Amino acid sequence: MRDDHDAIAAEVDAWLDEHWRVDRPLVEWRRKLVDGGWAAPDWPKEYFGRGFDAAQTAVVHDVFRRRGAIGAAQQGPAGLAAHTILAHGNDAQKRRYLRPILTGEHTWCQLFSEPGSGSDLAGLTTKAERDGDRYVVNGQKVWNTSAHHAHYGILLARTDWDVPKHQGISYFLIDMRQPGVEVRPLKQMNGHASFNEVFLTDAVVPAEDRLGNEGEGWRIANTTLSAERQGFARDRSGGAVQHLEGPIYDEYRAELAIALEPYTWYPQRTGRVDLALPRARETGALGDPHVRQELARLLCLKRAADLAAARAAEQRRTGSNEVIPAGSIGKLTASLIARQAAHVHTLISGCDAMLAGPDAPMDGLIAEILLSVPAISIAGGTDEIQKNIISERVLGLPREPRFDDGPFRNVPRNVK
Amino acid sequence: MDTTWTPDQLQFRETVARFLEAKSPTGVVRKLMESSTGYDPAVWAQLSGELGLTGTHLPERYGGYGFGPVELGIICEAMGRHLYCGPYFASAVMAGYALLGAAEPHRERLIPGIASGETIAALVLDDLGDPDRVGRSIRAADGNGSSRLTGTARIVVDAQVAHLLVVAASDGDRVALYAVDPAAAGVTITPVQSIDATRKLSRVTFANAPAERLGDDPVDLDALWDRLAVALAHEMIGGAQRLFDGTVEYLKIRVQFGRPIGSFQALKHRCADLLTELELAKAATYAAAQQLATGEGDPFAPNMAKAMASEAYMEIAKQAIQLRGGIGFTWEDDTHLWFKRAKSSEVFLGTPAWHRERMIQKLEAEHA
Repeated sequence: MRDDHDAIAAEVDAWLDEHWRVDRPLVEWRRKLVDGGWAAPDWPKEYFGRGFDAAQTAVVHDVFRRRGAIGAAQQGPAGLAAHTILAHGNDAQKRRYLRPILTGEHTWCQLFSEPGSGSDLAGLTTKAERDGDRYVVNGQKVWNTSAHHAHYGILLARTDWDVPKHQGISYFLIDMRQPGVEVRPLKQMNGHASFNEVFLTDAVVPAEDRLGNEGEGWRIANTTLSAERQGFARDRSGGAVQHLEGPIYDEYRAELAIALEPYTWYPQRTGRVDLALPRARETGALGDPHVRQELARLLCLKRAADLAAARAAEQRRTGSNEVIPAGSIGKLTASLIARQAAHVHTLISGCDAMLAGPDAPMDGLIAEILLSVPAISIAGGTDEIQKNIISERVLGLPREPRFDDGPFRNVPRNVK
Repeated sequence: MDTTWTPDQLQFRETVARFLEAKSPTGVVRKLMESSTGYDPAVWAQLSGELGLTGTHLPERYGGYGFGPVELGIICEAMGRHLYCGPYFASAVMAGYALLGAAEPHRERLIPGIASGETIAALVLDDLGDPDRVGRSIRAADGNGSSRLTGTARIVVDAQVAHLLVVAASDGDRVALYAVDPAAAGVTITPVQSIDATRKLSRVTFANAPAERLGDDPVDLDALWDRLAVALAHEMIGGAQRLFDGTVEYLKIRVQFGRPIGSFQALKHRCADLLTELELAKAATYAAAQQLATGEGDPFAPNMAKAMASEAYMEIAKQAIQLRGGIGFTWEDDTHLWFKRAKSSEVFLGTPAWHRERMIQKLEAEHA
């Protein structure tokens, strides 16, 4: 095994010696990378990869990191699209779509959520109607990160209204740059616009761009959603290149800046527990008995949540027979922590919590925390859905009665 | 920090659980609640003799088994789960740990009896809520070779059955440990009514009572407090888990409006919240035992454990009654047995607010 890994490392090193240059245009370099088979070594051999396992792939990434070499592009939703196309696409779709994802020539967005179906994603009502060798799509999508510069979208739309809701959905790959697609930024309560709304009006998808069969969309969407939970959307190029010099790094940093722009406020939605104790000290608020109590509550929550997560991970690692539900409570504890942190930041700031911007504490960072925390208990599935999952799957409590079986056409829906 | 149990510890956990499940069903608990001694000597003999639980955490050179806070935690968690009635916490945990702070030869002389369970000891503290206030009432007058104690401890756990009183008293300068024979002249032990009849309480008064000082050094009450608080936190999460499990099961079988009430989101979501609070308290408690055992980790870990376990237990106890509806408020239903232990433990050895304040003080000391 070790020999195998050494051989891989040596091969990558030799290949980089020959091809890696910092004065090459980024796309040109990535084309070489794909042709050389090093863009996605864990992908199958037939589709730009080498069929490597996770450990072998890590060896490749380690060499890239060490050499400061830039890897394939598949940040964000493009990574999810690639993962799903690999799992469910036909040969033509894989040949057509995967390569430009790796080279960064195509970026993608996810067109799943709708104004009328948030927690109940399978209740979506965007309609795709077959018209000869194409589908005509009408409806509205929301929470579409990076849709304003995406080339393609992974789209869920209903193709059959006479079957139960999960069975009437199909999965499409849609060209975003067409007249029937309109993208509008969606401004959030904290002033940032990290997402978009996408309006689909007689948008066209060729039949060959349907992923899987009609009615298989929900099953395929679960591949995407599980990849999202496992973090496939993150940047896999792995290079710590922030401080390296050369034209290709400039180009890469610009690409990264665009991809990461929606996420600048994300740390603030966690409540920034790290700032609480130092700020309480600096401002003198630490002398207030009430602040001391609430700060201690916050630090207890945060510390205990970390300990619970570590304990659950250790249990998974050792496969112990003691079942710890700590893993499933992680999302709820994140919400508790964020809310308590916002509370503590408010106590520490006092009247200054009225301010935002440059006059406000920490140049507005505290204000941004206070206005970003409400997102944590909604994004990625609301706390309420999470509590259903915990009470049903961990505690074995019965489900609520449902009213959405039978043909979707008859299921009560939001009024437009 | 790894707070998962080793296979040996898991097996020990199993053994203790099986024993208490057999010996401490609620029928027995209710009988002992009505008794004046509050324990069954036969069960005590078994748990201290055959199982060796009274010596588990005490050093081998004093007749113990030399295990640590993690194993003690396993015992206390099971005892809390089954509402064990007996002087284990008072004697083995409180007095046993306190005497580790005595000087030789007193340790050698006094601890083995506690480790074997033949001696039942009670730790007399004139304040059960704050170590900084201990020694304000009970004063010691040290003569040559012998001492005299005067003062009152309003709440002492299991003094009614003690063969030995270990007393923290102030000599005017500092707080030191003394041994007192409960039968000696000048010692009055008066049972007091308690909210939680599974843990017997007494008032102990000394009127120039003869005592033996157990060393020149002052007793390190802060360190002792940490150890006791972590043991108590284990007791609390054990009780909380039992109440929570029972409540969830009840919600699955109780039918109203034609459906199990556990299918209502209002109740399911509350259960998910309670589970979250319980799991956090457990994580904090297990980490505190590790911190005591290894010296690694957060210095405030015992305070975090006691504060979180207290609040989780109390919240679960309140909800266990609420979610049962009317039956939960009856004497016949067992829920109140744990509710009372939860309420009493919440304030025993420091309220959650006291522990949070101590936690911040420790963080300030770290930074200074």
